[in-house]
Amino acid sequence: MNSVIKGAGYILSHAPDMVLHNGTTQTTEKVVNPNSEYLVELPKHLRSYEQTLNYMPNQVYIGNMTPDELAQHAQPWYNQDAPVKERYGKFGEIMPQDEFYLLMQVSDVFDLVELEKDFVADVKPRLAADPIITESIMARVKDGVSEEEVQHWVNEEGAEPLYNNNKLIGCVKRAHDVDVNLSAHVLLEDLACKAGSVLALLYCVKNSGINPADVEYVIDCAEEACGDMNQRGGGNFAKAAAEIAGLTGATGEDVRGFCAAPTHAMITAASLVKAGTYKNVIVTAGGCTAKLGMNGKDHVKKDMPILEDMMGGFAVLVSENDGVNPEINLDILGRHTVGTGSSPQAVISSLVADPLERNGLKITDIDKYSPEMQNPDITKPAGAGDVPLANYKMIGALAVKKGELEKKELAAFPEKHGLTGWAPTQGHIPSGVPYIGFAREDILSGKIKNAMIIGKGSLFLGRMTNLFDGVSFVIQANTGAEDNSGVSEDEVKSLIAKAMKDFAMTLMGEEEGK
Amino acid sequence: MDLENQKRVKELSEKYGPENMVVLLGAAEAEAAGLAAETVTNGDPTFAGPLTGVQLGLKVYHICEEAVKSEVPADLYEDQVGMMEMVLDVDAIAEEMSSIREQYCKY
Amino acid sequence: MSLLNGSKVIIIGDRDGIPGPAIEECAKAAGAEVVFSSTECFV
Repeated sequence: MNSVIKGAGYILSHAPDMVLHNGTTQTTEKVVNPNSEYLVELPKHLRSYEQTLNYMPNQVYIGNMTPDELAQHAQPWYNQDAPVKERYGKFGEIMPQDEFYLLMQVSDVFDLVELEKDFVADVKPRLAADPIITESIMARVKDGVSEEEVQHWVNEEGAEPLYNNNKLIGCVKRAHDVDVNLSAHVLLEDLACKAGSVLALLYCVKNSGINPADVEYVIDCAEEACGDMNQRGGGNFAKAAAEIAGLTGATGEDVRGFCAAPTHAMITAASLVKAGTYKNVIVTAGGCTAKLGMNGKDHVKKDMPILEDMMGGFAVLVSENDGVNPEINLDILGRHTVGTGSSPQAVISSLVADPLERNGLKITDIDKYSPEMQNPDITKPAGAGDVPLANYKMIGALAVKKGELEKKELAAFPEKHGLTGWAPTQGHIPSGVPYIGFAREDILSGKIKNAMIIGKGSLFLGRMTNLFDGVSFVIQANTGAEDNSGVSEDEVKSLIAKAMKDFAMTLMGEEEGK
Repeated sequence: MDLENQKRVKELSEKYGPENMVVLLGAAEAEAAGLAAETVTNGDPTFAGPLTGVQLGLKVYHICEEAVKSEVPADLYEDQVGMMEMVLDVDAIAEEMSSIREQYCKY
Repeated sequence: MSLLNGSKVIIIGDRDGIPGPAIEECAKAAGAEVVFSSTECFV
């Protein structure tokens, strides 16, 4: 029986100081060009927390607006007011930076995050007031240390400083004097990623109404690696985040594959549930500090705000078929294989056209495609174009080539079968999965009957291969849980007898063959 | 352009002689194509990489330009690039590329 | 005069445009020697 999508959580956290101090575009610039005009200008382009709430793509991400509503507004969006400016949405929330630092401390089990005590005293009541934050999470908040102690760790012990409004308020310490894999830099990235996943897990559990103890397996699909010098990518973010989120019945694993990882992880989760291995599996990921302000130079040059000031996170619960929720159809699987080739048409054929054709379906039989849902407000000024739109043009062009779509219908294809991008450029965060929460609702309400989730990954960035990667799967309306209770005892006995007879025949055949 | 890629362009130009090199780009937009083209001709306009202030003046083309397309077997080009011709703004890219070549290309 | 035939070619592809290996196929078929091929990613 197919597995179902039971619920999802989507979160953002504002990270303006982390743009300056932890985004690789900025840290690289500080090395190669420390006196650059960009570094001088950049701080003037950072958004306040209120401005990030008053930004439509962010409100879509947490579920307060739909992608269709966003599409009604002409681009660009950064200079427009949002019709809703809420911190909380039906999928999750937009957390302020200071509370997120506290959540990083909560997520730290090795006394690596040290926050200044006045900062903790100020932020703690506000984090406690967040309805999703449980007492057990608040019980993990430490009192904090003196300003002098923070300075000591930063100045003498190689700790990575944490700033809020340009003020040093804490640090992440290194966990080893020699091992670069346990350096403060790596641990800051890992803890920020873990904290984002924790918050997303909490929302996923709440939104799907599952008892936390019933989650049996968690799959993390972010793009960080945790481990030490003897096992650099040892893992396991999934179980580590599940621990903080209180999922006491869960173990887990990390699935990696650049931006394609969330889709790989969803297919893995659906397979585990369909096979009966686990009943409830959550796929999750936190965000990426390194990508903060990635295209900042272009945004500053064009006198825009730094829009890459948000860290993302998500979690999706995949459960055994309940007869209600939308199903993951594992028969329609797209795979970019080693032999596929890297031309754009070969990639799109392998991910979209081929799996549909194998199942007797046309490209136009899928109501909505969710490829890479990057926010075009961010990518267009940076010269990367409108990434989702380019994907829809490619899918539509392929449909025309295959004679499944009239050429005159091509122009309308993106609007009809596509979505306008809204997710932050956090690699794995925008890849396919941002639509799963909406897709579940749209299928349940009957607005659409199915959707294809497409993940693509730039494997070549790891320098281990020049290959690209991608996978896809289809979510469809529930076909009704198959009724397995109708098999009579006699039928079971006869099936067992037949199986044993077949087995005996096989053994005899093997004997004869020797 | 990525810093490592700039480094490779510089090293390879020194090794083979800039007059013998052709750089082919696959950028998604005219502006990005122009920036990459400027980088390998007039130097890195973002002042970040090894090509900052280095005026290599290399021949540089986008794969979608007619000068390149006409030299590639038609069926192979169709397989590798054909669909993207429908997706990208080929005219804007070509215009930007020739503008950069006219200003900075030495060969 | 041929642009590509006999030339040393450097390829800077784009993940959201045309990736390096696809350009590589074209350059080789046109008689060029590909001395470096890479693909950039802005997202």
